[in-house]
Amino acid sequence: MVSVGSERTGESVCDGKRRQICGNRKNVYERQRMSEAGQRKGMEMEMKVNKSKLSKTTKNDMITYGMVILTYIVVQLLVSTGHVSSLIQGLLVPFCTYVIVAVALNLTVGILGELSLGHAGFMCVGAFASAVFSLAFKEALPGGLRFFLALLIGAASAALVGFLVGIPVLRLRGDYLAIVTLAFGEIIKNIINALYLGVDSSGVHFSMKDALSLHMEEDGLMLIKGAQGVTGTPNDSNFTVGVILILVTLFIVLNFIHSRTGRAVMSIRDNRIAAESVGINVTKYKLIAFTVSASLAGVAGVLYAHNLSTLNALPKNFGYNMSIMILVFVVLGGIGNIRGSIVAAVLLTLLPEVLRGLSDYRMLIYSIVLIVMMIFNWSPNAVFFRKRLQQKLLPGRKAEKEAV
Amino acid sequence: MALLETKNLGISFGGLRAVNAVDISVEKGQLYGLIGPNGAGKTTIFNLLTGVYQPDEGAILLDGVNLTGKKTIEICKAGIARTFQNIRLFHDMPVLDNVKVGLHNHYSYSTFEGILRLPRYHKVEKEMNAKAMELLEVFGLEKYADYKAENLPYGQQRKLEIARAMATNPKLLLLDEPAAGMNPNETGELMETIRFVRDRFEMTILLIEHDMKLVAGICEKLTVLNFGEVLAQGETQEVLNDPHVITAYLGE
Repeated sequence: MVSVGSERTGESVCDGKRRQICGNRKNVYERQRMSEAGQRKGMEMEMKVNKSKLSKTTKNDMITYGMVILTYIVVQLLVSTGHVSSLIQGLLVPFCTYVIVAVALNLTVGILGELSLGHAGFMCVGAFASAVFSLAFKEALPGGLRFFLALLIGAASAALVGFLVGIPVLRLRGDYLAIVTLAFGEIIKNIINALYLGVDSSGVHFSMKDALSLHMEEDGLMLIKGAQGVTGTPNDSNFTVGVILILVTLFIVLNFIHSRTGRAVMSIRDNRIAAESVGINVTKYKLIAFTVSASLAGVAGVLYAHNLSTLNALPKNFGYNMSIMILVFVVLGGIGNIRGSIVAAVLLTLLPEVLRGLSDYRMLIYSIVLIVMMIFNWSPNAVFFRKRLQQKLLPGRKAEKEAV
Repeated sequence: MALLETKNLGISFGGLRAVNAVDISVEKGQLYGLIGPNGAGKTTIFNLLTGVYQPDEGAILLDGVNLTGKKTIEICKAGIARTFQNIRLFHDMPVLDNVKVGLHNHYSYSTFEGILRLPRYHKVEKEMNAKAMELLEVFGLEKYADYKAENLPYGQQRKLEIARAMATNPKLLLLDEPAAGMNPNETGELMETIRFVRDRFEMTILLIEHDMKLVAGICEKLTVLNFGEVLAQGETQEVLNDPHVITAYLGE
């Protein structure tokens, strides 16, 4: 290594009588040496960890897939042996929804490096577009095919909205982008709340005023009834479908990250000016990442919509509270850490239900747990402590986590 | 014909004339130095050459092609690559991937092929890995390929930046204070690297530097800037002995 040579020279020059004269210079070397030594230590550690990065990333992805599949098997076993309360059983599909949308948002926050607070809006678009489709073709198509098409429609419509929102929004950066996406999310929700859509023998009717102004025939079918939302969506979602969709989402996101496109996106995140200087089209790759992320949020919306018989766009499910909740999953699980998002989404959805018995104190305890988890995961001292602990317990597997 | 020519290049920021009537002509294969006191407009010229700023007047020609008013991406594709005064690496990405981003426009498969990992993905990725490793080997960075870029020692980060710039397969390489913050040994090694890049890739290099040892050691021609204007221009030794240059920049 170069630095070793330079240190020695520094020492020899400053030896003996000349020591005082080069005192200042020596100090500089000293400082440099210390920082270099520190760096080297870190590097040596990492060298051991990342011996073969290429197989390592694939291995890491496999662990993530495996984790999801294993959880699925365990949960199915628990359900079949009657160990899971009906309350939790009812939450299995929402779990999957939140996991998918958290992974989708991590693509924007962790990989693209932009803060989006509008992902509940994209989820909303996916949910309503697919619910309307499924309702309209409830009789005409068999369940499996209908749901598959609904998925494609949900993903495509959310992608389209994501693309359109992305064009103006991605010109902004950081906090500004977050606030504008927040606004777009709210706009989407409110538009859907004011939307009336019906279909009868004379075609599709559409209004932003009220149900009467649709002028529907007697036998017509109301698809969206304004604030009352969509009623009668076929119940096509279940836990198995949810887990399959999680796996598909993971497949898309993980492969995206490790592709040429993903590298371009991450280079923009790390240094926009440098990325431009090596010929990366910043706008294009930002839009690609944002659109993929939005369309996956749409997939989560499809899953969500087909789990309910009545779908409403409420602040609770598609408002900015939800967007912030999803962001909490991502931040808590680790920005850019896909596996972390999954764990955080499940834990934080499960927690309020587990704490239900504590009634009044529920949200208080939830908040405290959130703070403690955040500190444990992200405070530098806690991170250091965890690494030390890990080294003591598993000396062979130093800092394995880091490579995620 | 010169590889790079600037004609009467000028730009103002508000009332400040940052660069005024600068003519530089760099021959193919030359190692050309751009020196001058702080605030003389050296980095501004780099930013003009790479399309970060658009000149108020004048023209930039690369290999006879007019690049005036072109965007950064187009200029990169036309064949100018650069490094930065304050290192700008993709710090959270592996060293290998930093170079692969540099290769981005020379290898192609669609996002779709990448997500589904179709055969082309595997083929192109393999080629990219091989090419990137080759470049890392040239700069002696191959053993760091899997490190995060931010974990490299300072001198190696500088080298990685050059490697990434070379990955774009440029005709002209711009180095903005490559020796900044280096100790004499590292500077010595850097001089070797720069010479090596020139010889191995037959590269034309334009560099900004304050380290006179490096400038005198490797540059064949110099332009000295002062207050945005050319103070002296010509063969290195002549310029460095020019009394104007000594008063304005070098000191007695």
